Amino acid sequence: MSTPGSAERTPAGVSVEQGGGVTPWTCPPIPTNPPLIRRILTAFIANEVRKVGVERVVVGLSGGVDSATSCLLAAEALGPQNVLAIKMPYRTSSPESLAHADLVIARAGIPSLEVDITPQIDAYFARFPDADRVRRGNKMARERMTILYDHSARWHALVLGTSNKTELLLGYGTLHGDMASALNPLGDLYKTQVWALAEHIGVPAEIVRKQPSADLWAGQTDEAELGFGYRDVDRLLYCMVDLRYSRAELLAAGFPESFVRRVSEMVRNSQFKRRLPIIAKVSQRTIDRDFRYARDWGV
Amino acid sequence: MSDLFRRVAIVQLAPRLGDVEHNLKLIEQGVQRARAEKADLVVFPELALTGYFLKDMVSTVAIRKDGPEVAHLAALSRGLELIVGAVEESEDFRFFNSALYFRDGALVHIHRKVYLPTYGLFDEARYLARGDRIRCFPSALGRTAILICEDLWHPSTAYIAALDGAVAIVCPSSSPLRGISDGRDHDDNAAYWELLNAVYAQTFGLFVVYANRVGFEDGVGFWGGSEIVSPTGRRLAKAKYYEEDFLVADLSLKEPRRQRVQAPLLRDENLDLTIRELQRIQQRGEIPEQEKHTATEPEEEDQTHVDTGKR
Repeated sequence: MSTPGSAERTPAGVSVEQGGGVTPWTCPPIPTNPPLIRRILTAFIANEVRKVGVERVVVGLSGGVDSATSCLLAAEALGPQNVLAIKMPYRTSSPESLAHADLVIARAGIPSLEVDITPQIDAYFARFPDADRVRRGNKMARERMTILYDHSARWHALVLGTSNKTELLLGYGTLHGDMASALNPLGDLYKTQVWALAEHIGVPAEIVRKQPSADLWAGQTDEAELGFGYRDVDRLLYCMVDLRYSRAELLAAGFPESFVRRVSEMVRNSQFKRRLPIIAKVSQRTIDRDFRYARDWGV
Repeated sequence: MSDLFRRVAIVQLAPRLGDVEHNLKLIEQGVQRARAEKADLVVFPELALTGYFLKDMVSTVAIRKDGPEVAHLAALSRGLELIVGAVEESEDFRFFNSALYFRDGALVHIHRKVYLPTYGLFDEARYLARGDRIRCFPSALGRTAILICEDLWHPSTAYIAALDGAVAIVCPSSSPLRGISDGRDHDDNAAYWELLNAVYAQTFGLFVVYANRVGFEDGVGFWGGSEIVSPTGRRLAKAKYYEEDFLVADLSLKEPRRQRVQAPLLRDENLDLTIRELQRIQQRGEIPEQEKHTATEPEEEDQTHVDTGKR
């Protein structure tokens, strides 16, 4: 038998290191280090906001763990008075979501505003009554985006994003809707890491522990809609994206073949959501192709 | 300050991207503080004058040896030595990621970064020309080599500097924070650099003066954590992670000797052997097919043995 720390060779020729070491055929735990991530993200928010001559942010607060975490981080980075939370319920939104948003507002001590989007959504779909729930959900997400950007102009603030790395990689978000923001502190954190961070910075436990939901229609949950759990897909994405495991290594690590194929396709098929619109090249210097500047250019 | 000590200062600043005028003011303030602290040498991070992710700004922020910025920096160096990172434009219009060493009101030495990282989040070789030499020069610390950030990730650069007689390596850096592990208060990149600096200092028996920047550019943070490591591998001074800071330490000029008496590795270094083997490797080109083997093959050790026998 192997001793701790030694490499054991299995009959299949797969080397499995014992005692905490990791080879490319096991899936190591996703590091969470909440105190360090908290320090990095609060510094990021303070720096990227103030650098453009602004002191404030607006956040769309849904009552979920992502927007709650973004809100608390921003309050810590900029001061609570500089964070405006906007609740934007629709008539079918769960009352629990609103209650949870209020918990966050109280915890963070930030100003807030409620804008019911029901009249504008219903007025629009009165003309297009056959729209399915996905169209309606996307429309709501984009309606909320326009409200956030309007209030960012009114309040001289930036729109703070709330999308995490899991949903960005899977394309599980509405383009120009909840995916739109000026800066996004959670964009490089998997849901698993957001949960750990949320707990650490004091997001109320009932928000951290509940089933994630976009709450675009009654009874919707992310995991039911996606068909897999966040913790499972996070482990897969971490191995696939961060650790660059090959398909064979992912299978050897124990991920089912159908799961690997489905998630790979979701990542590839949603690439367009993570890029700017494509531009037809005509001139010598085309924006973003051979006209290349940092976003921080000139700030 | 005693003859046996030199005081070194590091200004861990956050340059504003592309704003040379602003950054020159930050550098001026840093020099003033170092002067007040009676430093003999003050070191600024890589590209302190310009910021890091310059992309198409490179040609517009570059400075020339006969330009006003160099004259300004030279003037700051009266009474203390100064190392500043900048984009340097050559006479044939190439742009280098350079560190400029000033003394007594004059530009005395330039190191042009030789290893331009162009992978992952880095894209330096797209915009910048590659330096072609590693040379020591006399500074307040004795024979000194400047190596810029990625340069030091190539052990050959530190090796060359050490054999060229360096008792100090000064490394201006713009090192981004990346990678998180559980259980420590800094990122994986910071941890790797600290290991590297300590190993070089102790292995070659020289001071490592590591000056990193802080701040964010397009969401990429720089981890700071500047440090001065003695030839015994002891950390003499350490700046904060992720925040602006100012570091000062007194370096005993006896330390390199002490370490090399203890471990005379450089004395024993066989330069002829190294050159001969490097030439053999250079001339051989690709490794012959029969010598290639994978780690899973059991005869790995035998092949190494045979290879040794050939020499």
